[in-house]
Amino acid sequence: MDEAGGKRGEKPGAAKWYELFSRGARDWLRHDEKIREAVRANLPDIIAGGEVINDGARTVRVPVRMLEHYHFRLRRPEEQQGAGQGKAKPGDVLADPSRDQGPGEKGAGGRDEGEMQLLLEFKVDDIVDWLWEEMQLPNLKARTGPSDDSDWIREGWDRRGARSRLDRRRSFKELVKRRGAPGATPTFTDEDLRFRQLARRKQPAVHAVVFFMLDVSGSMSDRDRKLAKTFFFWVVQGLRREYRSLETVFVAHTTEAWEFSEPDFFQVSGTGGTVASTGLLKVREIMDARYNPGRANIYLFYASDGDNSVSDAAEARGALAGIAADTCFTGYVEVSSGLSRQLATETGKLFAELQSSGCAAGSYALNDFDDVWGAVRHFFTAEAQVPDAAPAPAAPPAQDSP
Amino acid sequence: MSGSWQDYTRRIEELAAAQGLKFHPVDFEAVPDSFMMEIAVYGLPVRMPHWSFGVRYIYQLIQRHMGHSRLFEVVFPGNPGHAYLAESNGLAENILVTAHVLGHADFSRNNLLFRRCQEQVSERIVEHAANHARQISAAIETHGAQRVEQVLDAALALEQHIDVDVPLRRPRYPEYAEDPKALVDDTFRKRFAALEPAAASAAPEARRRAPVPPHSEKDLLWFLAHYSPDMESWERDIFLAVREESFYFYPVFATQIMNEGWASYWHARLLREADFVPQQAYVDAIKCHSDVVRPIAAEQQVALSINPYHLGFVMWEKIVEQDGLAAARAIMEQDDDFAFVRNHLTRELAEELGMFRYSARSDGQIKVLEQDLNALHEAVLAPKYNFGAPIVSAVKVRNDGTLELAHDSAVDGRGLDLERSRKVLDYVQRVWRRPIVLTTVNQAGSTLELTAP
Repeated sequence: MDEAGGKRGEKPGAAKWYELFSRGARDWLRHDEKIREAVRANLPDIIAGGEVINDGARTVRVPVRMLEHYHFRLRRPEEQQGAGQGKAKPGDVLADPSRDQGPGEKGAGGRDEGEMQLLLEFKVDDIVDWLWEEMQLPNLKARTGPSDDSDWIREGWDRRGARSRLDRRRSFKELVKRRGAPGATPTFTDEDLRFRQLARRKQPAVHAVVFFMLDVSGSMSDRDRKLAKTFFFWVVQGLRREYRSLETVFVAHTTEAWEFSEPDFFQVSGTGGTVASTGLLKVREIMDARYNPGRANIYLFYASDGDNSVSDAAEARGALAGIAADTCFTGYVEVSSGLSRQLATETGKLFAELQSSGCAAGSYALNDFDDVWGAVRHFFTAEAQVPDAAPAPAAPPAQDSP
Repeated sequence: MSGSWQDYTRRIEELAAAQGLKFHPVDFEAVPDSFMMEIAVYGLPVRMPHWSFGVRYIYQLIQRHMGHSRLFEVVFPGNPGHAYLAESNGLAENILVTAHVLGHADFSRNNLLFRRCQEQVSERIVEHAANHARQISAAIETHGAQRVEQVLDAALALEQHIDVDVPLRRPRYPEYAEDPKALVDDTFRKRFAALEPAAASAAPEARRRAPVPPHSEKDLLWFLAHYSPDMESWERDIFLAVREESFYFYPVFATQIMNEGWASYWHARLLREADFVPQQAYVDAIKCHSDVVRPIAAEQQVALSINPYHLGFVMWEKIVEQDGLAAARAIMEQDDDFAFVRNHLTRELAEELGMFRYSARSDGQIKVLEQDLNALHEAVLAPKYNFGAPIVSAVKVRNDGTLELAHDSAVDGRGLDLERSRKVLDYVQRVWRRPIVLTTVNQAGSTLELTAP
């Protein structure tokens, strides 16, 4: 900061202080830091806006305005008067050229600095990290459980083996050792060769499957689906933190059920009533066909407006219980853009029963985009509280819907 | 004969002195463009750190990348003055700039407003500002960056709210109100005092405490520094540092048209008379001169703002031509932009320059208004009133410590921008530490109160 140095006694070759340090860049960095702080502070709001999610990409774009250092200003009048110069007669109507400022303006107080938008790109992983820090969510623990996922690993050496597994370094060491003895042959013999051995090892399951089941019956509006999508997006982010590989399965149902690819899933809209058991049976079917509950951590998240047909209750209950037994966690979000009915629906009751029977399950009422983060927090706190080994009757996590 | 620009500096100085310019010596220094840009952003070569300068820096960077606004020089008044020239300047540009700087040096030494502010601030503002920066770095060490930033947020937000008509170092308000009326020395009182001496002498003892502030106070930086209920001394120092720098900036701001015009007039004139400048350099310098003082960007027909270099330059040429150099010097010494424009921007000159008034609607339509000289003067000067800020003053401190601020909407013509004002109140509230109430008017003209917190 010392500036007296550079003035009079100019030493040739000595670097000036201002060549070593840029105050502008320093204060600019502070500005950016403030923006990031602000973004961080408003993360739940930002993730709530479904717009920011960049399909498939691992980043979220957040448009931010440059921060303004506020001064007292007069209100912008409807008509602003000014002075100009050039070829213009009274009564002329001019186009609006970009309003240039005079050249060489010296900084005396903050003038109008115009509008400028930055598009900051945040890594989803960073955001999830921040969220986890911010909300102090207990990190999820990967269930390693009874897994027979196995793999070959290297273990030890043997004198026999396939040529491709010959360990040259080892073999050479053996040669050197043997040559030390009197009367030994100086070249390699079969005795010297060492081969790497492989063994089978059980690996903990670091593999997870998430089933997303969405009710697309006539009563689900576009907005409801979008709410569900936003929620599902952050669920995937949360689980991805824990599992090396994460598979997603998308199932939609009305009175029937279908499996969809991710891009199609959120576009689907159906008509007709809601029979949840069809979806649940579809999930069961896929689970049985492709995944072994012993090998994979299975999650099911179901989004619906809760209007399940009453006659379906018994069947749905049975199917749900069967699935819940094999999943790590089963979650239900009730998306209803109307008045919050707070889970007092048919489907809501099913999950409440499931939860009180001691299964790892939870439900949350999602009425607005602002609730998305609340839902994420609810499920991940609940999920982490579920006891690890046996599904012992734990106290059901309290419902803290907003 | 060619050489570096330094070879010409002394000869230009001699020439300027012979032409009657009176200036303190100036230290010239060539610095990299990046540093020039920082000086322009901060307004001073070394200044306190604050993120808002970072914002300006980004804008400046963008402007520069778009090819707008090249900086040739920045000069700081003082004794000696400091002039920074861009290293990228060519020889011709530097010759021109040297003459230009001497014009500024003459102006800042002789203009009344400059002189008065320099007497207050001292002639070493560059060193003072560097000291402030150092003092603030020390405060950051002791109190942490966040707390210091909070104080700077408030102080810099109020940087235009000073009162240049009172001294920089002013005393606190008197503790006690003056007696409403000196006792009239009439016969009745004499007789009354003679009757009962105790009663008579008791009266003047009941002095009333003066209200704070005794009158509405627009020197907000000073007022907050001295009368904030819980302000710590290092915080006050920051407020006073910002205030001192504002005192320095005020004349620069309030005489910009005159000052730039004067410097442009002199660089043109000195260059004409400098027979020692090689021909090619002279031609280049004149080309550069006409770029600087042109009113309208080359590709455009009209400009919706006034180039102060151009306006000032033409006005000074006219004044010297009509009334002679001595009269021009007298105007230069006494006026600021308000007097200068109102007195010397004549109808003929305005017509010659093609100046016009316009009104811009919020939907972007811009209409040229009928000609009216007085209104044109006001349109040129409008952004300059009260340091370019609305008039906000402190009017009262309530018993619970609540600060009452009032905006003078009658003078300013309309109310404050509410959203921004609230943010400023938030800044200030963090140093005042008690509630703040600000009165202004809304769109319909009825009174409106903003409060923080």
